Amino acid sequence: MLSESNLNKVEELKKRYPTSQALVLPVLWMIQEQEGYISEESMKYAGTLLNIPYGHILGVVTFYTMLQKKAVGKNHIEVCTNVSCMLRGSGKILEHIEKRLGIKAGETSQDKKWTLVEVECLGSCGTAPMLAIGDEYYENLTVEKIDKLLDRLS
Amino acid sequence: MQPAHTENITTWKRVILPDIPEFHKIDVYGANGGYKALKKALAMKPDEVIDEVKKSNLRGRGGACFPTGLKWSFMPKNSDKPKYLCVNGDESEPGTFKDRQIFEFNPHVLIEGTLIACYAMGMTAAYIYIRGEYGKWIKLLQKAIDDAYTHGFIGERILGTDFSANITIHRGAGAYICGEESSLMNSIEGDRGYPRVKPPFPAQFGLWGCPTTINNVETISNIPIIMNNGWEWYSQIGAVKHPGPLLVGVSGHVNNPGVFEMPTGEPLLEIIHKWAGGVPGKKEIKAVIPGGSSTMILRGDQLEGIRMDVDSLKAAGSSVGTAGIIVMDSDTDLIQVIRRIAEFYYHESCGQCTPCREGTGWMFKILKRFEHHEAQREDIDLLMDIANNIEGNTICALGDAAAWPVQSMIRRFRDEFEKRVQPSYHHAGT
Repeated sequence: MLSESNLNKVEELKKRYPTSQALVLPVLWMIQEQEGYISEESMKYAGTLLNIPYGHILGVVTFYTMLQKKAVGKNHIEVCTNVSCMLRGSGKILEHIEKRLGIKAGETSQDKKWTLVEVECLGSCGTAPMLAIGDEYYENLTVEKIDKLLDRLS
Repeated sequence: MQPAHTENITTWKRVILPDIPEFHKIDVYGANGGYKALKKALAMKPDEVIDEVKKSNLRGRGGACFPTGLKWSFMPKNSDKPKYLCVNGDESEPGTFKDRQIFEFNPHVLIEGTLIACYAMGMTAAYIYIRGEYGKWIKLLQKAIDDAYTHGFIGERILGTDFSANITIHRGAGAYICGEESSLMNSIEGDRGYPRVKPPFPAQFGLWGCPTTINNVETISNIPIIMNNGWEWYSQIGAVKHPGPLLVGVSGHVNNPGVFEMPTGEPLLEIIHKWAGGVPGKKEIKAVIPGGSSTMILRGDQLEGIRMDVDSLKAAGSSVGTAGIIVMDSDTDLIQVIRRIAEFYYHESCGQCTPCREGTGWMFKILKRFEHHEAQREDIDLLMDIANNIEGNTICALGDAAAWPVQSMIRRFRDEFEKRVQPSYHHAGT
C-alpha cells in the first residue's frame, strides 16, 4: 500500500528508533498523506508492516484528532475558534464560511469538495483569526479574504 | 510572516530571534557565530557544560519554570542503558505561538542547543516532537537539520570528536495532552498519548524505560546563548531568579499582537501598551490571561506592578506559564471566554482519570448554562466545587490546567456569573 519511496523512508526511520512500534505515527501519517484518510484496511496493513496488533493501531488512530477515520472533502477547512481567535472575531468568520458553503461546522458538502471543522488553538494567536487547509495557514482573516480564498478554491 | 518587530522600547538586542535577514539559513547562522557554542562545549567536560547551565539559572520555558541545569543533573552519569533527549515542540496551549517562530526564524539555534544538551548528558539520540498541525514548520526545521547533517554538525563524530548524535523530528497528530512530558514519550513510543504516573521520573524511567530528559524548544534554544556569552552574562538579564531572554506572545485585544523577545521581568502593562500597541479604541483592560489559557486570569485593575517573571506573577496569584498573554477589553463577555476555555479542556482531556474526564465535561455544560442565562445561583458554587475536586486529583497537570481558569474566574469575576443567573421566582415576587 505504501509507495516505494515511503517504504524506503520507513527503512531509514527504523534506524532511528529502538522499536518498530515507534513507527506507528510516522507510518499512519504516510498512509494519510497518500490515501487522504486511514481506512480499516490501511490500519491492518500498518499492523502487518510493523508487526503490531491491529487493535493497537486502531487505539492510536482513534486517539489523535488529526488522523482521519473517514474520507474528508477535497478542501479540509479548519477554523480555530479558541480564545485568542474568538476575541478577534472567529465566530463571524465561521458563520460566513458556513453560509457560503451551505454546510455547518463538522459537515462535508455533498459534492465532497468541502469539509468544515472547528478546531482548537493552532498556534496562530498573534495573527488571529485564522484557518488552516492542510498544512497551509491563512491568517489575519477578514470576510473579504475568505471570499477571495473560497473563490480561488471553488 | 516576520517576527514581531519593535523599536525604541527597550535596549534589548534580540538573541533568540535576532534581527538578521535570512538567519534561518545555515551559512548566515554560521557567519554570525553559529555553531561556535557547540565547538566550545565539545572542548569542555560534559559536567562543566551542565554546571554552566546550572549557574546561568535558566528555567524551563514550557510552562513549569523548572531550573534546567538541575533537571539535567538528575540524569544518571553511569547508565548501562542508552539515554534520550526529547525536545518538546508540541506548543498547543491556547495563546502560545513562540516555538513556531524559532522553527521558522532560528532553527539552527535549536539544533545547536539540542546537540549541546546531548553532549552534556551523554545522549546519542534526540527527538524533536512537533505538533502535527505545524506541517509547514516541520518542513522548515527538517531542511535545517538536513543542512546541519551535510555540514557535519549532526551525525557521526561531530566536528572530528568522539561525540555522535542523531536528531529526528517526530510529528504529533493533534493531541494537546502530548505536550505533557510523559504523554509525549508514550506518543513517540507509538502509543495513545496517555500521561504516566510519576514517579518514576523520566530521568530514571523515560523513553523505552531509559533515562530521558524533556526540554521545551525555547529552553533548548537558550543553551547556545549561554555557552557563547557565559553564565555570568546570562544570569544578569532580567529577573534575578528567572533570568534570560523570554519570548512573550501577546494576543487578543491589542493593536499589535505578536511574539516579542525581551528580558524576563518586564512590566505586564508596558508589554501590553508599548510592545503590543495598547488596546484598540483605547478601551480599558477588563482581564488578562498572562501565560497561556491554563494560567489564572487577572483583573484589569490589578495589573499595576506585575512583571513577566515567575515570582512576580506567582505573587499576583497567577503564573508565567508559556508567556502567552491574552488581553481582553472592557466589552469582553468573560463567561463566553471561560466557557470556551472549559470546552477546550473537555475536548483535550485524555479520559484516563475520572475527575478530569467527567469534571471537564460538567464544567463545560454548566458554563454553557451561564452563557445562555439558564444557570441558577447555586451553579456558581457547584462549578467551584467541581474545579476544586479536579485540582490535584489527576495523574497529570491537565486537570489542574482545567481547574485553575475556572477557579480564578469565579474568584476574580464572581459578579459576571451572578449577572447571568436566572432571576429566582422568589426575587421576582411571584
